Amino acid sequence: MGNVKHQNCQGFLIVALMTLFSPGALFADVSGAGYPMKRITDIFDPQSLPAEMIMTTAMVVLWITLGIFVVVTTLLVFIVIRFRRKPTDDGSEPPQIYGSTNIELAWTVIPILITVVLILVTSRTIGEIQNKALPENTLQIRLVGHQWWWEIHYPELGIITANEIHVPMSDRDPAKARPTHIELQSADVIHSFWVPQLAGKTDLVPNRTNRTWIEPFETGVYFGNCAEYCGTQHANMLLRVIVHTPEDFERWVAAQKAPIPAPVTAAEIEGEKLFYSTSCINCHKVGDSVAQGIFGPDLSKLMLRQTIGAGVAPLDDKHLWAWVKDPQEVKVGCLMPDMQLLDAEVDSIVAYLKTLK
Amino acid sequence: MATETPIVQKDYEFPAPQKVGHEKGSFTRIIQELVFTVDHKKLGLMYIGAGLVFFVVAGLMATMIRAQLFFPGNTFLEPDVFNRFFTMHGTAMVFLVGMPIIFGFANYLVPLMIGARDMAFPRLNAFGFWAFLFSGLLLYFSYLGGPGLYAAGSAPDVGWFAYSPLTSRAFSRGTSTDYWTLSLLLGGIASISTALNIIVTIVCYRCKGMTLGRMPLFVWLYLVVGFLVIIAVPPLTACQIMLMLDRYLGAAFFDTQAGGSAVLWQHFFWIFGHPEVYILILPGFAIASEVIPVFSRKPIFGYPIMVAATVMIAFLSLGVWAHHMFTVGMTSLGNTFFAISTMLIAIPTGIKIFNWLGTMYGGKLRFELPMLFCIGFLFQFLIAGLTGVILAVAPFTWQLSDSYFVVAHFHYVLIGGLLYTIFAGIYYWYPKAFGKMPDKKLGLFHFWLFTIGFHLTFAPQHVSGLLGMPRRIFTYEAGRGWEIWNQLSTIGVLIQIPGILFFVINLIYSYRKGRPAGDDPWDAWTLEWATTSPPADYNFATLPEVKSRRPLWDLKHPDDPDWKYE
Amino acid sequence: MSTAEITDDWKLPSPRKVGLACLILTESALFTIFVVAYLFYMGKSLNGPLPQDVLEFPWLGSIALFGSSFTVVMGERFLVRGHKRGFLLWWGLTIALGAFFVYFTANEWWHLITKEGLMINTNVFGTTFYSLVGLHASHVLVGLVLLSIVFVAGLKDRIPAHHHEHIEMVSWYWHFVDAIWIVVLTVVYIISVRDP
Ligand code: HEA
Ligand code: HEA
Ligand code: HEC
Ligand code: CUA
Ligand SMILES: [Cu+2]
Repeated sequence: MGNVKHQNCQGFLIVALMTLFSPGALFADVSGAGYPMKRITDIFDPQSLPAEMIMTTAMVVLWITLGIFVVVTTLLVFIVIRFRRKPTDDGSEPPQIYGSTNIELAWTVIPILITVVLILVTSRTIGEIQNKALPENTLQIRLVGHQWWWEIHYPELGIITANEIHVPMSDRDPAKARPTHIELQSADVIHSFWVPQLAGKTDLVPNRTNRTWIEPFETGVYFGNCAEYCGTQHANMLLRVIVHTPEDFERWVAAQKAPIPAPVTAAEIEGEKLFYSTSCINCHKVGDSVAQGIFGPDLSKLMLRQTIGAGVAPLDDKHLWAWVKDPQEVKVGCLMPDMQLLDAEVDSIVAYLKTLK
Repeated sequence: MATETPIVQKDYEFPAPQKVGHEKGSFTRIIQELVFTVDHKKLGLMYIGAGLVFFVVAGLMATMIRAQLFFPGNTFLEPDVFNRFFTMHGTAMVFLVGMPIIFGFANYLVPLMIGARDMAFPRLNAFGFWAFLFSGLLLYFSYLGGPGLYAAGSAPDVGWFAYSPLTSRAFSRGTSTDYWTLSLLLGGIASISTALNIIVTIVCYRCKGMTLGRMPLFVWLYLVVGFLVIIAVPPLTACQIMLMLDRYLGAAFFDTQAGGSAVLWQHFFWIFGHPEVYILILPGFAIASEVIPVFSRKPIFGYPIMVAATVMIAFLSLGVWAHHMFTVGMTSLGNTFFAISTMLIAIPTGIKIFNWLGTMYGGKLRFELPMLFCIGFLFQFLIAGLTGVILAVAPFTWQLSDSYFVVAHFHYVLIGGLLYTIFAGIYYWYPKAFGKMPDKKLGLFHFWLFTIGFHLTFAPQHVSGLLGMPRRIFTYEAGRGWEIWNQLSTIGVLIQIPGILFFVINLIYSYRKGRPAGDDPWDAWTLEWATTSPPADYNFATLPEVKSRRPLWDLKHPDDPDWKYE
Repeated sequence: MSTAEITDDWKLPSPRKVGLACLILTESALFTIFVVAYLFYMGKSLNGPLPQDVLEFPWLGSIALFGSSFTVVMGERFLVRGHKRGFLLWWGLTIALGAFFVYFTANEWWHLITKEGLMINTNVFGTTFYSLVGLHASHVLVGLVLLSIVFVAGLKDRIPAHHHEHIEMVSWYWHFVDAIWIVVLTVVYIISVRDP
């Protein structure tokens, strides 16, 4: 377990450095790209409540087990050295001991006591986290897992987006606290929500609604992964949680609700036509246009995201172009087919997509 | 009485069973003997041999996995190829390496240790082996079967516990999952028949005087394993049947679109799956319980409580399965219950560890190969067990579950625990099986290379797990802090491989040039050492009679035999 | 190896008995899972038909099967007494009763499939019902085969005294199949047909 503590500091260091060099919350545009990127998802560097509670328990457990490890290993090493057969050995057999009730009783009782401690710690934390009562102003989110991307609903705000969860940061002062409650569902197979620095895993299971909650205290872009094997692209089912200051969060909400600006340049208009004449609209939704597909991510505010394809690539012209040209090149086996578009068509479609903000 | 007359007369000649056809020693004749044999010793060796072959294959797949994970964003393997690799690696290692090898040891040794001439049902025994072998070939045939040879065929890619609904027809097209299901169905039946055979042999064919209280611990543990198998494997068989009904007849057990439940599969699988891991480790304990006393020159410390602890473990292991499901959203009550039941297992297991240490304490330790591997086992299983207890802390596991920390945990138990004792057992009984001593120098190379490689491979995985690296990912983006740990891990494999090679070489070399072993090279105490090496077709000319747990000790020390103290 | 080596002062249980006991143990474990699945999916069907609509309590079949448990014992008695005709009579009767049970079940399924339109893929009730009852029925069939083998052997006087234990085992197995039916009966035809 030694390397754990060491790792812990290392995690801290790297995060610290990144926070230092990243432009910081100052220039944070609504996509949150300006916030510190918490790439090192060190579970010993929690930034949110359930993760912190878990960390406290974890430390107790780690110290206990470390203690046991040290004791037993020392015993083993001592025995191996002390009782190895000496070169001078006369070949006689050592005294034959068949057992000793007292000693055996001792090493039955001590572990029992340790186990009791562990049990108490564990059950307390389980209760605290799972039965936590959340205030009224809690932000409600519904997260739906798809192969291999995340569909995100804000029922109260009427916002639908994908792959990047935006939440306001909470406050340690219960009066100002605003945690986020997340309902977890799945459209196909089992996935699992895991953002190590915010909360432990909870699975997204078809035919079932699971719940979890987070209460972050630091702005930042937190990285997460789908943590239940869900098929070909399980590895590229990445998730980002962007924790805003309350004000920035309101700005983001406003931006999400604002009407989508109409395309102006010729290319954009051409692209719009193509978009609506190709089958894109069967799978994608754009505002309340005729494009109401739900098989793929909602594209209404695509440009307010940092990545495409659930984190497989950054959202920039190059990758967006590549994606529309042939998603199978960018994300092998993903459920968006190669649309067989000519480069010219791709140009204009991308031009159109870039108006979606 | 056993103390005066030698336990076995070796000059006695048995009429060899009539063999029709080819010349003795000719290739066809050897094949013929292997195919038609019902001899528990031959079958035992065939089990272990087949298991080792599958180990090399599955190990090479693991090597591919590690190669792919060496760099972030590596494109060495296609996603699906990678997914097939870890599925086949896991399935093979558990069902085609672990199971056959432990059954091999049981087959070879149980009759010898209880002074019997064969297993209770020799033909059933042969059936068990061939059914297992076929199930293994069936599983690997999936690479060629299905759509065909291109793109590494269509081996299963659903993970070794194949969570529904990923296995339903909607999400797993083609035949790969069917190969997996059929193979495990058949393998399960094979395991059950063999386990049944072991139980009956132990209960009904102990030689005169061998009361339950005088059985070697090895035999006791295998009795428990036998019961675990016949109770815990049927659930696997059952859910394979259900899955097949789902896929072929459109039944709705696990079909979430038709009202089926995805969680039910997890319950059924782990009701099998958890006892399974103890089915795998108890034989490891069994071997350690034979080797450690002999090389410490002391009887096992606290025999009765060792037996009691084993039975405890078996009982508890039937009630902890949902600790693999801490993240599916059970109620806080459910989570607490399974966390507690899981932790309780630490107690009997601890008892075992301490009793082994107690056995070594005050002894005269001889560091022969088997003992070295057993010491490695003690150290590594301690670590593995403690990470296990860490995983039993449900809230902590909400972070660790399905991360590389779990991968590290179970490789420490399965390799550091099971595989090490298997190596110990092979080196320990090799002289008995082939009449030649295994070469110590080669063995030492094997031990040190494999030990260093093993720790270098799997210790770093604890860290990458704690840094939030999920398992079963074919790639990861740079800058997540995982690179270095994965690279160390991959380098470790490159050190393991020569270790394994030394092992394979040792087996072959010692068979050819090894020093003759004699009947009892280790100066041991259990019955298998009382007969010739290799033992005659019927093991014992006249069936032995025992008065204590260490019949050969009584024989060698008429002045103070064990039975005075038991 | 024969039981001959086991001398009088060193008695161990008979391999066949222990073996069959183990077999029964695994089989029970297998059935448990299917029973659990049935109970788990009770009332979870998305659409009909539901148990309470379509299931009739299988009086005749059950009586036949339970009766056969008695007749098989009688058969054994007569065999041990070396009373051949009596043995054949009771044994034959057992087979007949078992066969009737199978016929009865077949009939029920025919009715459910053709009249009620309940298939294994209709809903989770169909799934769990056919798999559980079918699993049991398959065991009855195996039992019938064993019984018939013994019967034929009996007809040809091919039952030496030291084979009596084999035959005892067959009847054990048959009793087990019966016991399972008690469970299936209570779960499927009593518990699950209660109106919710
Ligand atoms: C041989 C196989 C083996 C063995 C023996 C064990 C032993 C244990 N395992 Fe492990 N386990 C696996 C194989 C094994 N495991 C596998 C293959 C998986 C992953 C499956 C998958 O997902 O693919 C797994 C996963 C797994 C999980 C689920 C992780 C997850 O996926 O979320 C958990 C959680 O509780 C767990 C716990 C334990 C515990 C508590 C023990 C205990 O038995 C350990 C007991 C031993 C000790 C504790 C050490 C000695 C004791 C002392 C020195 C006494 C003093 C100690 C105390 C008082 C604490 N294991
Ligand atoms: C007994 C069980 C067992 C054993 C021994 C091993 C052995 C190894 N395992 Fe495995 N492993 C599992 C059981 C086991 N594993 C299970 C159950 C899983 C879960 C699967 C799943 O998630 O579904 C898993 C998953 C698993 C993963 C995670 C995959 C993922 O989640 O993406 C990894 C990654 O590193 C891994 C690595 C290894 C390595 C490097 C070895 C090494 O120790 C292998 C060493 C052996 C060799 C390298 C053989 C090479 C030998 C030679 C080259 C000699 C050649 C000689 C001749 C040709 C004569 N294993
Ligand atoms: C058959 C359904 C389907 C069609 C048709 C389709 N898409 Fe997609 N699209 C998807 C899916 C599924 C994803 C998510 C892939 C993933 O992340 O694994 C996706 C993702 C995207 C993304 C990235 C969104 C994000 O936030 O990650 C863009 C942009 C996109 N599609 C544009 C298009 C355009 C333009 C077209 C038409 C030329 C189109 N799609 C046609 C299914 C489809
Ligand atoms: Cu979604 Cu893994
Ligand atoms: Cu387990």
